[in-house]
Amino acid sequence: MLETLINIFHLIFSESFILTVVTASTPLLLASSGELMVERSGVLNLGVEGMMIVGAACGFAGAWLSGSILVGALSGIIAGAALSGMFGILTLGLAVNQVATGLALTIFGVGLSGLIGAKFVGEKIAPAAHLHLPMLTDLPGVGRILFGEDPFVYVSVALIIGIWLFLYRSRPGLVLRAVGDNHASAHALGYPVLRIRMLAVLFGGACAGLAGAYLPLAYTPFFIPGMTSGRGWIALALVVFASWRPGRLVIGAYLFGAVSILGLALQPLQLGIPQQVMNMLPYLATVVVLVLISRARGTAGSAAPASLGLVFVPDR
Amino acid sequence: MLDATPQAGSLRSEPLLSAISISKRYGDFLANDGIDLDLFPAEIHALLGENGAGKSTLVKIMYGLIQPSGGELRWMGRKVVLSGPSEARKLGIGMVFQHFTLFENLTVAENVALGLPPSESFAAISERLEETARVYGLPLDPKREVWRLSVGERQRIEIVRALLQNPKLLILDEPTSVLTPQEADLLFVVLGRLKSEGRGILYISHKLDEVKRLCDTATILRGGKKVATCDPRQETAASLARMMVGGEIGEVKSASRGSMVQPRLIVHRLSLAPDDPHGTYLEDVSLEVCGGEIVGIAGVSGNGQDELFSALSGERLAPAQGAVVIDGNAAGLLDVTERRRMGAAFVPEERLGHGTAPRMKLSENALLTGHAASGMVKKGFIDKPATLAHVDRTTKSFDVRKAKRDPEAVSLSGGNLQKFIVGREILREPGVLVVSQPTWGVDAGAAAVIRQALIDLAGRGTAVLVISQDLDELAEIADRIAVMFHGRLSAPLNAAEATREKLGLMMGGARPERAVEDQEAKHAIGA
Repeated sequence: MLETLINIFHLIFSESFILTVVTASTPLLLASSGELMVERSGVLNLGVEGMMIVGAACGFAGAWLSGSILVGALSGIIAGAALSGMFGILTLGLAVNQVATGLALTIFGVGLSGLIGAKFVGEKIAPAAHLHLPMLTDLPGVGRILFGEDPFVYVSVALIIGIWLFLYRSRPGLVLRAVGDNHASAHALGYPVLRIRMLAVLFGGACAGLAGAYLPLAYTPFFIPGMTSGRGWIALALVVFASWRPGRLVIGAYLFGAVSILGLALQPLQLGIPQQVMNMLPYLATVVVLVLISRARGTAGSAAPASLGLVFVPDR
Repeated sequence: MLDATPQAGSLRSEPLLSAISISKRYGDFLANDGIDLDLFPAEIHALLGENGAGKSTLVKIMYGLIQPSGGELRWMGRKVVLSGPSEARKLGIGMVFQHFTLFENLTVAENVALGLPPSESFAAISERLEETARVYGLPLDPKREVWRLSVGERQRIEIVRALLQNPKLLILDEPTSVLTPQEADLLFVVLGRLKSEGRGILYISHKLDEVKRLCDTATILRGGKKVATCDPRQETAASLARMMVGGEIGEVKSASRGSMVQPRLIVHRLSLAPDDPHGTYLEDVSLEVCGGEIVGIAGVSGNGQDELFSALSGERLAPAQGAVVIDGNAAGLLDVTERRRMGAAFVPEERLGHGTAPRMKLSENALLTGHAASGMVKKGFIDKPATLAHVDRTTKSFDVRKAKRDPEAVSLSGGNLQKFIVGREILREPGVLVVSQPTWGVDAGAAAVIRQALIDLAGRGTAVLVISQDLDELAEIADRIAVMFHGRLSAPLNAAEATREKLGLMMGGARPERAVEDQEAKHAIGA
């Protein structure tokens, strides 16, 4: 028993485990960062999974055709933004229900990615190169974790820091939060509610597309249909988990990435837990955490943007 | 910082803002019909009118929120087109909204910053905010989140935000509708000071006493048209009301009261935690309402009235069966339907969404509260003719005006829908009626009908509990008045001894005994 615990301990703090956790967490962080901005502006886009999977297909297509990871990443970003643009036109321009449109976007995205990616199934590319800084990367223990990741990891960290600065230290960020809190008031003060929301939605789509592109460009060097396997949904849950705060979003994304890798990593230890149970762990953890959060809230004031998911039609 | 520009003599010659033949059309409906209005510096100008008279539309046009369909605006003699509020602000027009345009989850300083041009730094704004708040006697803590603040404090934010732009013209939309009389007095002092600084003020209200007291000029709108511009101090409240309504308002007559001995509604030491984080705790609320009397509950909104209403109606259960007693039956743990079966009826504050399902027909809405005790359901099936008959009876008895026999609730005007909702319950001849804000946002004619109906109902032996923010209304109909403050209910005062001043002090948290002493002290000094 004790020996098993020690083994698990060693495993969790091993370099290879942490490296895998970072890789597993990065797409979650990228996608949920974008959705955080969208929801802060008061829009609920449930189509993250759809935008991610299209981002994955287009990202792989771009990289395979051009031979460049950068072109692949840009293709993913553009594809995600294009899809979210459709969502924005429908929900903001035409005031269609956001929940229904978001769900439709996911279903549409899954189909579209199959179509785009059909030609590329079975193809391989060279994955994104990892950073290598002489001296630093070779540091024992932390070198590879801090200085030897793929470029997407650094982008995701820069992105969430940028979002934090934007939301809490900049005037446009304040306006964005205001629009999400009370769109009628923001309109009365003369802010262009729908334009601000459209920009947030496009940003969210670009992030989801990049998160999707990460999967075939860095996580595994090939494309398979449905390869996002629910990560878009988890990104959505993470935003709630983080109570719409960037700092907690980082913790949530990495915690979740770790739990999802744990099942795989523990396999060799022969703990006698069925693999199916281990596969369920991340989702179980999400549900448990969400319940705990909603219980703990009570007196803490409202955390969700008050206009989240509400249709806004300005009176002219 | 706030450069006052006091001028004299030539003031009258040039208006700050002129509206010339302003019209606004929505489909077939003319919300504004050729309205002319001149606003001068150092003048408090009242804009009077019933709900739906076009006041809000007109000021939204003046603030650039909506575009007029016809006519033009002139700012200091020059024609202007306001494509948005920021342009209005640039000219020097500030606005304090009736339904506050505040962001609950942001701080006071952030809320203020959002109303200012982005060129100014946040630190500078915070500093100016504190300075202005101090100069005008409107204390505010810039770092607090808005949801923690009282309604009066929220209004201060709106006013300070408008003042920080150093406006030449300030528009206030029904600013006193949410204030205690004392808070309103403080506001009047601030407005007087702004006027003396040479600023023009457009003051929207339907409270005639206030307008007579405060304003130099009054413009009256009715049905989207301008009826008159006059000096309110030369008019009587009755003559102003006649211009607003376009006819006489039926006077409410008190009915002969039945015996007031048997309590039909008893609330016994009710304490209840709120179910939403911004709600109010009810603490040890006790109350008795006898058959034949109307008891009023006064108080600034948000002091627990909503929580009390849902505990009485059964939308939320009391902690003990005996905390609510209806006609001698303990009902604290019973649901709404069971309480209705005991002969209780409830009229909530919110007409659309709480009192009615907006997109359902009136007959269906009648069924929603009448299914338990009115014979509208036979053997589990809806008796459609019975529901329609109920609508017809309500329509006839309460003069509900509607386009067809059975329209959707949302298509009725506020006053007509309120008459329908109150009538729907009264026609069931309840033993106990609890009604919240019975005439809020209702035109004077409909308000008179509703108040008369409540008095007549009490005259027939029903116990009526009226929760209202409108002290004039309570003075008109209630036999006894209690005040709700921070979730506690005062002992009721007899209507005769419940003066506005006394109630106002209690609404601000003073205990009734103290309030009386303060009054006496004031009289002593006065004498």
